[in-house]
Amino acid sequence: MTLPEGNPETNSRVAVAPAERTWTAQPDQGPVSPTFDELTRQRAKGIIARYPVARSALLPLLHLVQSVEGHVSQDGIRFCAETLELTTAEVSAVATFYTMYKRTPCGEHLVSVCTNTLCAALGGDDIYAALKARLGIGHEETVGEPGTTGSITLEHAECLAACDLAPVLQVNYEYYDNQSVASAEALVDALRRGEKPPPTRGAPLTDLRTVELELAGFTDDPALAAAAVAGPSAAPETLRGVQMAAERGWAAPAMPGEHPALPPLPEK
Amino acid sequence: MTIAPDKDTKPVPDGYVRLTIDGIEVDAPKGEILIRTCERLGIIVPRFCDHPLLEPAGACRQCLVEVEMGGRPMPKPQASCTMTVADGMVVKTQHTSAVADKAQQGVMELLLINHPLDCPICDKGGECPLQNQAMTSGRTDSRFVETKRTFPKPLPISSQVLLDRERCVLCQRCTRFSEEIAGDPFIDLLERGANQQIGTAEDMPFQSYFSGNTIQICPVGALTSAAYRFRSRPFDLVSTPSVCEHCSSGCAQRTDARRGSVMRRLAGNDPEVNEEWTCDKGRFAFRYLQSKGRITRPMIREENGELVETSWTEALRAAAHGLLAARGHNGIGVLTGGRLTVEDAYSYAKFARVAAHTNDVDFRARPHSAEELEFLAAHAVGTTPDTGVTFTAVEAAPAVLTVALDPEDEAGIVFLRLRKAVRKRGQRVFQLGQWTTPGTRKTEATLVKAVPGAEAAVLRELISAAGEKDAPASELIDALSGPGAVVLVGDRAAEVPGLYSAVTALATRTGAKVAWIPRRAGDRGALDAGAVPTLLPGGRPVADAAARAEVAQAWGVHELPATPGRSTDEILAAAARGELSGLVVGGVDPDDLADPALARRALREVGYLVSLEMHHSAVTELADVVLPVAPDAQRAGSYLNWEGRLREFPSTLDPSGVLPDCRVLDTLAVEMDADLFTQTPAAAMGDLQRLGAHTGTAPAGPTVEAGAAPRPAEYGQAVLATWRQLVDDGSLSIDEPALAGTARPARARVNAATAERLGLVEGLEASVATDRGAITLPVEFTDLPDGVVWLPANSPGSAVRATLGAGHGSLVRVSAGGAA
Amino acid sequence: MSTPDKPEKASGLDTAGPADTGPGPEGPAPLTPVLTRRWTAERSWTLESYEQLDGYRALRTALTAHPDQLISLVKDSGLRGRGGAGFPTGMKWSFIPQGSTGPGAKPKYLVVNADEGEPGTCKDIPTMMADPHSLIEGCVITSYAIRANFCAIYVRGEALHPIRRLRAAVAEAYAAGYLGKDVLGSGFDLDIVVHAGAGAYICGEETALLDSLEGRRGQPRLKPPFPATAGLYASPTVVNNVETIASVPAIVAGGSAWFRTMGSEKSPGPKIYSVSGHVERPGQYEAPLGVTLRQLLELAGGMKDGIPLKFWTPGGSSTPIFTAEHLDVPLDFEGAAAAGSMLGTTAVQVFNETVSVPWAVMKWTEFYKHESCGKCTPCREGTYWLVQILERMVHGEGTAEDVETMLDICDNILGRSFCALGDGATSPITSGIKYFRQEFLDLVAQQPAVARPEQLAELTGAPA
Repeated sequence: MTLPEGNPETNSRVAVAPAERTWTAQPDQGPVSPTFDELTRQRAKGIIARYPVARSALLPLLHLVQSVEGHVSQDGIRFCAETLELTTAEVSAVATFYTMYKRTPCGEHLVSVCTNTLCAALGGDDIYAALKARLGIGHEETVGEPGTTGSITLEHAECLAACDLAPVLQVNYEYYDNQSVASAEALVDALRRGEKPPPTRGAPLTDLRTVELELAGFTDDPALAAAAVAGPSAAPETLRGVQMAAERGWAAPAMPGEHPALPPLPEK
Repeated sequence: MTIAPDKDTKPVPDGYVRLTIDGIEVDAPKGEILIRTCERLGIIVPRFCDHPLLEPAGACRQCLVEVEMGGRPMPKPQASCTMTVADGMVVKTQHTSAVADKAQQGVMELLLINHPLDCPICDKGGECPLQNQAMTSGRTDSRFVETKRTFPKPLPISSQVLLDRERCVLCQRCTRFSEEIAGDPFIDLLERGANQQIGTAEDMPFQSYFSGNTIQICPVGALTSAAYRFRSRPFDLVSTPSVCEHCSSGCAQRTDARRGSVMRRLAGNDPEVNEEWTCDKGRFAFRYLQSKGRITRPMIREENGELVETSWTEALRAAAHGLLAARGHNGIGVLTGGRLTVEDAYSYAKFARVAAHTNDVDFRARPHSAEELEFLAAHAVGTTPDTGVTFTAVEAAPAVLTVALDPEDEAGIVFLRLRKAVRKRGQRVFQLGQWTTPGTRKTEATLVKAVPGAEAAVLRELISAAGEKDAPASELIDALSGPGAVVLVGDRAAEVPGLYSAVTALATRTGAKVAWIPRRAGDRGALDAGAVPTLLPGGRPVADAAARAEVAQAWGVHELPATPGRSTDEILAAAARGELSGLVVGGVDPDDLADPALARRALREVGYLVSLEMHHSAVTELADVVLPVAPDAQRAGSYLNWEGRLREFPSTLDPSGVLPDCRVLDTLAVEMDADLFTQTPAAAMGDLQRLGAHTGTAPAGPTVEAGAAPRPAEYGQAVLATWRQLVDDGSLSIDEPALAGTARPARARVNAATAERLGLVEGLEASVATDRGAITLPVEFTDLPDGVVWLPANSPGSAVRATLGAGHGSLVRVSAGGAA
Repeated sequence: MSTPDKPEKASGLDTAGPADTGPGPEGPAPLTPVLTRRWTAERSWTLESYEQLDGYRALRTALTAHPDQLISLVKDSGLRGRGGAGFPTGMKWSFIPQGSTGPGAKPKYLVVNADEGEPGTCKDIPTMMADPHSLIEGCVITSYAIRANFCAIYVRGEALHPIRRLRAAVAEAYAAGYLGKDVLGSGFDLDIVVHAGAGAYICGEETALLDSLEGRRGQPRLKPPFPATAGLYASPTVVNNVETIASVPAIVAGGSAWFRTMGSEKSPGPKIYSVSGHVERPGQYEAPLGVTLRQLLELAGGMKDGIPLKFWTPGGSSTPIFTAEHLDVPLDFEGAAAAGSMLGTTAVQVFNETVSVPWAVMKWTEFYKHESCGKCTPCREGTYWLVQILERMVHGEGTAEDVETMLDICDNILGRSFCALGDGATSPITSGIKYFRQEFLDLVAQQPAVARPEQLAELTGAPA
């Protein structure tokens, strides 16, 4: 029996060590920068309006911040805090809890390689190791000037819920199924060249910021949005069971022709 | 041991359940948390996250016990800090259950794997729950041979609180305190999983008036005090119960001293008053004791105008001589400040009548009015926790109105009670003020906005409009008409003519109880001790001949001066005009008074000036004789807090070599041929208590008409609103850089419309000026009324009275930029 | 306890081709597509396609009924939560207080748990991608039954395409009158928000999900109060898994008796089994509850390349692993539990003999360490410790005591942590050691005397 090569590193994030600070007096919190423009502020209001309680908007707002900045900066935290009347500590507490909120500027694309057990056993660890070597970066590091065409942030991800299609990776959360070292290398090479190879399932590839805007609940272009929705979904693997049933003539027992009567109203 | 045969037949009292803990049957009130029931039985279950005043968290899992419900054992051990008692429950703690014992040992091992073994250099070492519980339920060796989690340390989370993250067990007491109790969620959990840690945002420290409490409730040494760190070991300290001298709440505290120096102060546990909390000023501001400006020897002014140290005998003889001459000429006035204990205030009151032969004595070293005296005689003097409003009553009230009082800045513990009542019981809080302060927000208070000076008019308006259908006023009046409603009035009400009268009218209209909450610790005691021109001790009116006779008899004197005395302002004015020949002054800062310039002139002009002080001050600078007096830490005494509750404290440090005011006055009086019988605080208190309370009926309150709101008459004018913030340039907060770092930054506040009209820009400087001077501060927008500017009264760069000679309701000029 | 050095040759490996078992005389067919039946339709995610395939007919029927009748129906159907715990769905709904006073007077909420993240689990994402309207129809019926006027579907943020599809479907449903004010003229109002998470496995725990949905760190809440009385915004709330809610329209359309023709008495209905790993044809197989791995392997074409089965999970990494000896365990709630595991999410991950159990356990434990929310001591510190031991062992620096130490740490986590994530973290380790202890010991035996440079460095002060 061989021990699979891999476990490239632990899954823990780099231990975070905030720079040493001294507080002699309360510093001024400067105003939120104009990066968060009127459109963004309107969108923030739109998000808040979706919920019965404003604070529910915080996760989408942080996605919105990432669509503007490509990560969550201190400015972005202030934007959320100001919008929801929270303290920046409360927003920081949330922003640092979730894996998808990135603390450093990200590339045009975020490449997430599943290295959870099943994908890893089927080659995910090898893919991740190969991409690290190819791009010369590690977990949550970026090759290229963040945000510019062809720049890539790499990460190893936990289970991406596509185990029947293992090993998988995502680019900007679009699925690239049944990957191999060669296909993954070809994919990142293309991304580095500024190309956008179509995902196996999902919408035509855009970039991380566009996708973050979608996660926040907005799309800039209705036509693109429609195309995005129509992007491929069912992989052959997904449909195997239902197709096999169709081929074999297997089906669930037939339902009654009419909807059956509902049970009587229970007595109080 | 035999078990009483009737045990089983004893019925379970109403509202209680009966359960068994470690074989002991116990009745517990419904809803009680299991760990508390255990405590009442003397069974201590180890815990970290649990704190009786915080919401249960169940996070540390140290308090696991085995529980059986309805005869069925629960499959998992249960956290006794989150489970409530139930009838028939059978609980087995670590004492009787191997499962609970193993669970607790397991959690302890897990808590320790990443904990540094730095107890020898940790402030908490020796008084550390983790250390103690590791000794009782930890392993002797560690199975953990891997790499420990480390963090850079310490991380300052404010200028006065330091964080050692690797010591932290993530119990979240600090974050729950700051969110739930203080309402200042500036610290929170950051990161996730094994990287989880306490922290602040990058751009904002732990900015809270109550942050020191987190140091005290931290069950490990993760949060430490910048001012105390590495200063002493717990077993080196001598602890003495004490009472805070910084405000009228009267927090119970514990003062820890080492070799004659106070090292730190902690909140004492007094459920009736401060629960287990105290504010940062109360906790950290004690270094004035050791400050360089302390006066230790009596001083006398020589011919050449210089003050020189002398002996007590010499100084007292000179003072008595000077005062007797002054008494024989145009008389003596007695002025005291807010730092006095009840005993000292009584001594001044008695000194005035017996030695100075006058009722010219006033403790109100701040703006005041005749109306106020009427109000105090009617609503404040003589109340006790049995007859008046208490902290408990404030918490239980369905609705509370605060008038001329921002509780967070001026009575922190009152603020905490209001916040607690708002969170737990949905109390309605109304605040008659100018803008939505942080305290307003944190008590979810409804702001009743008034232009400074117009508060009385606004209240009168509300009262008269309340009858009308759908009047918005009805909401306030209805709420205050509910049984148990309370109106809390600050001493700033004296700055607004008619406001005390309007409060009296409001109380009459609604039936709400009224409490007076002065800002200073000594004010309420001074009132009841008779350091007032119109009242003798116990609230006896000077004008009442029978009352005078009663006191004269008790004091063993033939008669007391019958003419009601003059107020502080009147005394000063008289002194300035030469109509008074001598002054005895204790604990007064001219800059706190309505007219600092007049006060200085009076001190300069008066024939003979005797000053009783701890520190060199504006008064000692001009005094003929300076007599040093003891700080609280070096004397016993008591304060009367705003509830009228006597708060006695013993001496923390060796009292030899320093004398309290009462002793100095006693000796001075002897030199003047009068006997005060106040040689010691105990003697003074005995003398006062023998007098008892006044038995006459309380007078009706004042009926002064509401003054008109001041109006800016010309372009550039604004009405000034001002009060003091908790952490500021107060004379007892000196030499505390760590505390000063948490002060709210001084800002000139205006609303946006006013700013636009006056050309002010948020963040840039504005100048607020009078003919006497100008204050320049950065502008911040707030929801003030139009044409109003707010300044902190005594913050760095904003000494309002001293610089402007103006106060709340004064007209000032406001302009952009630094020049007036 | 058997510790097979060489697991018995897995049955089914010989069956290279598809299984040849047709529907029996009594039981239903081996595969019973109900939730998956529309997946092959043209543009299956559109309203048009859904309506053509009888979509939203169940809703029309439901809206004619009294809400309590629907709760009774779902109770009668025996539907149990498909998110892993298997709590009876109808009973959960009936816990929602109704009435005009007390908690019943508060607004009620339906929250759909679509935070699919348990390793191995991949059923909800294809459901939401291929057939979002079935979930939405289920949401409307459920909301009507529990009298909720606001429903949030909390989808894990990485599931971008399902979020798109759901949002588009919600928009279509609003336009067609299935959502919004006065749904289909019934007087019932419902708003649905599709809420994107942000990457935290713990948010699959229902109370952590609620905190997250309220804009907080996704850390579990104290129970009681339970969500049924104080859930979202402290109001009565039902939290159900995607597959659970998507089953509701079929139950309304087919009735409880029909639903019970599949599965067993206590675990009725069809279920999507996600078969992944070392099989020839991984994929989604919707079968009646109680199907066995042997049957699933037959459907999935047997073990990949004929390499024998070594271990497998019946329902994700939090369910203790099984081995070849469990091929015939009926995969329903009772069967999996009786055999010492749990049904979980029916995420059947199949591993062949090439995979090292200590390595797999290490990878899973790293997952739990990364995803531990940090709230409670046992899970936060325990996973931190276990990962280090496992990584050390896998890298050849283990000791014989490590196995016992790990078991004891697991004992100190299981049932001691705040929520079930801590319990789940121990499953791979305890079950891995249970069936493959020798493999852990072999790792130790293969190594020379342990030298731990980092420890020596610590002792001597020298750099490692």
